[in-house]
Amino acid sequence: MSGLEATKSAASRSGVPGQAGRRPPRVRAFVGAPSSGPRESAAWTRRRIVANNLHSVVGRAYPRVRGLTREPSWILFEMLLPFLTTSAFVFVYRALDAPPSYIGFVVLGGAMSAFWLNVVWMMAAQLYWEKDQGNLELYFAAPMNLMSVLFGMAAGGLVMSSTRAVVVLVVATVVYKVSFSIDQWGLLLAVFVLTLAALYGFGMMLASLFLMWGREAWHMTQLMVEPVYFVSGLNFPVGRLGMLGAVAIALIPLAVGLDAMRQLAFASTGPTGTPSPEIEALILIAMTIVFTILARWLLHSMEIRARQEGRLTVRWR
Amino acid sequence: MLGSKAGSIEAPAIDARGITRVYKAKPNDVVALAGVDLEVAPGEFFGLLGPNGAGKTTLIKILTTLLLPSSGTARIFGFDVATETKQIRRIMNMVAGGEQSGYGILQAREQLWMFSQFYGLGVKEGWQRVDDLIDAVGLSEQRHQRVSTLSTGQRQKMNFARGLLNDPWVFFLDEPTLGLDVAAARAVRELITDWRAAVPGRTVLLTTHYMAEADELCERIAIVDRGRILAIGTPAELKRRVQHESVFRLEVDRLAGGPSALARLPGVVSAAAAAGRTGEDDPAARQTVVINLVLAEDAALAGVVAALGGLDARIVALTKSEPSLEDVFVELVGRGFDDDEAEPTRTVGDDEAEPSSEPHEAGQPEPDEGLL
Repeated sequence: MSGLEATKSAASRSGVPGQAGRRPPRVRAFVGAPSSGPRESAAWTRRRIVANNLHSVVGRAYPRVRGLTREPSWILFEMLLPFLTTSAFVFVYRALDAPPSYIGFVVLGGAMSAFWLNVVWMMAAQLYWEKDQGNLELYFAAPMNLMSVLFGMAAGGLVMSSTRAVVVLVVATVVYKVSFSIDQWGLLLAVFVLTLAALYGFGMMLASLFLMWGREAWHMTQLMVEPVYFVSGLNFPVGRLGMLGAVAIALIPLAVGLDAMRQLAFASTGPTGTPSPEIEALILIAMTIVFTILARWLLHSMEIRARQEGRLTVRWR
Repeated sequence: MLGSKAGSIEAPAIDARGITRVYKAKPNDVVALAGVDLEVAPGEFFGLLGPNGAGKTTLIKILTTLLLPSSGTARIFGFDVATETKQIRRIMNMVAGGEQSGYGILQAREQLWMFSQFYGLGVKEGWQRVDDLIDAVGLSEQRHQRVSTLSTGQRQKMNFARGLLNDPWVFFLDEPTLGLDVAAARAVRELITDWRAAVPGRTVLLTTHYMAEADELCERIAIVDRGRILAIGTPAELKRRVQHESVFRLEVDRLAGGPSALARLPGVVSAAAAAGRTGEDDPAARQTVVINLVLAEDAALAGVVAALGGLDARIVALTKSEPSLEDVFVELVGRGFDDDEAEPTRTVGDDEAEPSSEPHEAGQPEPDEGLL
């Protein structure tokens, strides 16, 4: 007797209805994959563990990517509003007869703001929202490492933000006739990638912290947006901030990444009073490593604390 | 009883010893569990029955590795819930009543696939499993429907499909029919029993405060109140605890001398006319006599039947009245499930959650769509 037949037979003997076609066919789905027993099922190979975590990254990125096509109106607003903000600064600089490179600075800043907003709203505060929606405990109860979920959120967020950033950059460049002077394309690309890595590493770290802060996460998120815009020099060269700008470059990925990209994209501008792009690339590498390690450690600590205190399981805590 | 799929199962599916759980709270700590001992065999359908605040959900959270016990130990198929969480998470799953997990903007099929990736299925394997389960739970027509547009019953079926994605050996169900209408609740109960019966060795731990549900589904039940297990047994065993006499409802076409003619028989404790009923089954409409018969033991029924023959009375219906699990609970606790004093202190972790009132950011998805 085959396994399926045996199962059907067992189901029939146990008086379970549903095999005769009145209900949906359930046998194949309910029998599931062959397995020797619970303890054997729990013994995963290293390869399977790695595969589970990689699949989890894809799984968590999926709703963000899918959401792009499902609600096209979001894309319109996501692109139109930042473009208008950028335009406002462009007109201010034009009215003040600022150097043309400043227009480029603003356009680049406007494009990069997409990533920062995404990190703050859809990375840092996300785990708290996940808890509120009831997803977090399902994530914790699943076999994958929660870092995979964070990486998935980051990957999905990158796709969402990149769309917005590219549109703002291209449209603003064409409309406002921005001229780039790039000598080191490779380094510019590397700095861009490193900026995103550091930025999303920062977001992953904040996600754990925000989970700990609970309801305050919302306010913390709001508090972080504008100050970081300011000290990162989103709409002006960060070197103008002097010591404050230096501190920002040392601590905030957006500040250091944006400054490095501006130096590389507008090479003819001259000294900016900030470290060279090469040094700033190294800072970004260090930030990526530190933030990712901190995120992992914080997440682990958070899980332990949550299990001890019940934070994972009680939504209002 | 275990088939080939179960293999050699030696450890209990669930083994909890001296579990306590205290939540820090002001002004006083809240004791959610106060020394729970529980052993569930592989393949068993076990129920935790108790009112809100009894500690059922807290116990499930501990067994599903989401919460640590304040003291005591718990093992799932031999794996410690405190230290071997990954192993446990690979072989268990859980579904709660009123669960709103996932992202409303996704289609039902997509949402399930997302979860399949978390549970260790491959990309193609995940889609195949999702399609099979969607058909199995009866959501074929809703597979491409957005999660946010599913009805409560459909949503709970989808939650069940999610819980079955990894083919768990232990399935934790926390009030799975909470808030469902009669038809949806029945469908969910059928799903549970069908799934469990499909492969021997699958274990289900169900918490509920619906006594009929526990009675219908569970092989054994633990009655829980205020963080303690008051009694464990099969539904029949639990009912026998309160059934000191046999109670029958007897309907006869006529009875000369009335119920008192039976009250004098040996072994008959009492015989009284039953309260009238209305509707199509109304015995009054059939002009029969209905008697509530209390016997010292079942054996006394033979004497009653013989006496009815002597009285020229024909039996129209005879049913034995079983005590309900509510009777058992009342006997054990001294109050009913719905009594106000059932929850004298707020037990953190059970059912109550402050509603979210956070503002909504422009450009972000609506709450019912989920925040991606």
